Amino acid sequence: MSAITQPAPVGVAHLTRAVVKSWKAPFALAVFAALSALLFWGFARDGVSTFQLSTSSDAIQLPHLVLPTRATGIVISVVLIAMAVWAFVLVRRAIRVPLWFTSLFAVLFLVVFLAWVSAGDTLPVPGLLVGTVALSAPLIFGALSGVICERGGVVNIAIEGQLLAGAFVAALVGSITGSAYVGLLGAMIAGMLVSFVLAAFSIKYFVDQIIVGVVLNVLVAGLTSFLYSTVLTRSPALNNPPQFPRIRIPGLSEIPLLGPVLFRQTIIVYIMYFTVVAVWFGMFHTKWGLRLRSTGEHPQAADTVGINVNRTRFWNVSLAGVIAGMGGAFYTLTSVGAFNKEMTNGAGFIALAAVIFGGWRPLQATLAALLFGFASNLQNVLAVSGSPVPSEFMLMLPYIVTIFAVAGLVGKVRMPAADGKPYIKS
Amino acid sequence: MSDEQPPAEEAPVDAPVDAPVEATVESAEEVTVEPTVEPRSRFSGVLREITTGGAAISVFAVVLALIAGAVLIAVTDTGVQRAAGYFFSRPGDTLSAIWDSVSGAYVSLFQGSVVNFRRPGFENAIRPFFSTLAFATPLIAAGLGVAIGFRAGLFNIGGRGQMIIAAALAGWVGFSFDLPAGVHLVVALAAGMAGAAIWSGLAGFLRATTGAHEVITTIMLNYVAFYFISYLLRHQGLLQAPGSNNPKSAAMNPTAVFPKLLGDRYPLTIGFLLVIAATIFTWWLLNRSNLGFQFRAIGENPRAARVAGINVKRMYVYSMLIGGALIGLAGANQVQGVITTGFTSGIDAGIGFDAITVALLGRSRPWGVFAAGILFGAFKAGGFSMQAAQGIPVDIVLVVQSLIVLFIAAPPLVRAVFRLPDPLTVSRVKAPRSRSKKVVTR
Repeated sequence: MSAITQPAPVGVAHLTRAVVKSWKAPFALAVFAALSALLFWGFARDGVSTFQLSTSSDAIQLPHLVLPTRATGIVISVVLIAMAVWAFVLVRRAIRVPLWFTSLFAVLFLVVFLAWVSAGDTLPVPGLLVGTVALSAPLIFGALSGVICERGGVVNIAIEGQLLAGAFVAALVGSITGSAYVGLLGAMIAGMLVSFVLAAFSIKYFVDQIIVGVVLNVLVAGLTSFLYSTVLTRSPALNNPPQFPRIRIPGLSEIPLLGPVLFRQTIIVYIMYFTVVAVWFGMFHTKWGLRLRSTGEHPQAADTVGINVNRTRFWNVSLAGVIAGMGGAFYTLTSVGAFNKEMTNGAGFIALAAVIFGGWRPLQATLAALLFGFASNLQNVLAVSGSPVPSEFMLMLPYIVTIFAVAGLVGKVRMPAADGKPYIKS
Repeated sequence: MSDEQPPAEEAPVDAPVDAPVEATVESAEEVTVEPTVEPRSRFSGVLREITTGGAAISVFAVVLALIAGAVLIAVTDTGVQRAAGYFFSRPGDTLSAIWDSVSGAYVSLFQGSVVNFRRPGFENAIRPFFSTLAFATPLIAAGLGVAIGFRAGLFNIGGRGQMIIAAALAGWVGFSFDLPAGVHLVVALAAGMAGAAIWSGLAGFLRATTGAHEVITTIMLNYVAFYFISYLLRHQGLLQAPGSNNPKSAAMNPTAVFPKLLGDRYPLTIGFLLVIAATIFTWWLLNRSNLGFQFRAIGENPRAARVAGINVKRMYVYSMLIGGALIGLAGANQVQGVITTGFTSGIDAGIGFDAITVALLGRSRPWGVFAAGILFGAFKAGGFSMQAAQGIPVDIVLVVQSLIVLFIAAPPLVRAVFRLPDPLTVSRVKAPRSRSKKVVTR
């Protein structure tokens, strides 16, 4: 966005290649490296950090990973500083800092931070990761919903409303029919209905999409809260949906560390894996994805080659609602168990942040959602084991990291060109 | 997303757009028809304007939203459900049960927000109206702040965080300093407004320097502010009331509290006067000042504004600063005017988000925001009395409010529902198409 390529002057015999140097990434890495160094020089903690890698129910038991806190911290801090310096060197040579480099940096920073936090204590890594998946699942569904909508040129602020509607209808329908699967289906339809309103107002009536999204969130929050206070509290049997059972995938679920995290989950999580891959594959390798992206990037061009822009947008916004609805069902059919007033608690906005953090790309948005889930679960785990950082600051961390990331790392990504602009055929 | 200027462009229903079109129609008629017809045609033009223009759309949108609310109230009412069980043997019971539930609800909504003649004496009967104004005070202030952002093409979702910061700063100045009566009030207010302006300006600064989208940064700053103030409220010596274990601050010093305007009987404080002043200021800023012109220019088209020599980045920061200060007025009003006995981290009471709907309903025009704030204040005041009197959850107010905004945002829909004639505007609105097709949403 901010890095502007200077086009080479036209008509000059020798064309110079435009070189874009973005100093944001190395700068951000330097900040985090400095933070890590500060933790170990300024607020040094002694003792050993123990990472518990297996639960007692695992078939293959991994030994506890024991790291001397201070030594680990110093070594990794030095590595982090070296990486930050290397990033400066790369950018100086006009080479973009590769994604794997940033990812490795993030993982190392995480290890050093966890080691510091859990000095003299044991950190249950499986519990941390299992909880991460549970907290991330609705965010991932919501983020995918946002990615599909925005790639098609419709800003989806209504993710929160879609999640909430899905959660409510899943609880209600699941309780009435006694089947979690029917409840899930109901949630998908509920999400789609919210999407219909978004699509109808923004595509048909050309109402500003942000307005519709914001208002839909309020509408769904009011509607579900009202019905909860009247219908569900009057007859609690209507808010007692059956829960999805956990399914162990034979073989895969016994992989140390990853098995319990990824393959002892409910059906919604397996659907989520499939959805992530399907959206990614569909968006970049199928006709559907090409059409979707073309309506979001250049609707006139798409129209010229015979794509019905508004119909494409309408059905993709609806599809996005279906996906977000499943995320809502995850609350009432798996993680929480019953509907509560405004139980999504801003998850839709976090999902929206994940969409933008992930640069409107499905896989990166999923990773961003996982990061948010991890951070909030880390706080839960540390609140139990006791942490040197006040819990409020732990809770704040993901949001501060996001601000840094959006300002520093993601500044270069570009939103779909026609995002938020209604297509009016002339 | 940000390049889109949300509500300001919705001009087609405004009267000024209609006027020249009417004139051309009249002049076309004058060529063939005798001049004596002119008054009649002008009258019919006015009539058409009243029935199809912005005001009518607003009224009809409110009516539609109230009807939808009535359906919800009736469907969930236990009396109606019982009577509906034997609907085919005695349908009258069902209808009267519906009438009872709906009229009871809306009568108590009215009594709680405008006037309640069941109370003895005029001064008691009129009390609900002033509580409406009191509820409207922070809504208008925060709505103006959001509206300035909208006009500059920025979407400030950070009202919550900005209000919390403002409340904390105004509260801190209010209970920890001893200053003379008038000065204390002003200093506390200024501290709150400055805090919110900086918190909001931070998002503007990030947008200007790094391109970080303000929607994300303001949402994130909401959470940061919430947790930060929660932390301060939990620790002695920071913001927590001395000797208390609750995450709550000490009560304000009386010198920092907004004085009541009409005596202790009415909840109206000078905060309302400040909000009127803020509305006038915003109107002057946006419509009469150089700075406001630049805001609107970057909101309409940032590229064109840059070509015209406007420093777009600086305007992003300025508009967020000024918008934040107005939201800070709402936050300071919460601790200095509404809850003066000490605040918690929930001091914003959802006003930061309500402000977005207020700004949308007011179409980001200062006086529109003022009117929208009073309407929503009335809903808020009446909603609580409706909940107390009729047992109808106050959440119904959210439904009605959001439906009003939704309907007002889509004039063709309202026209289609009420079969209103289409105004002869040369606008982008595709009313004829919408009338020919069925409405998908209902």
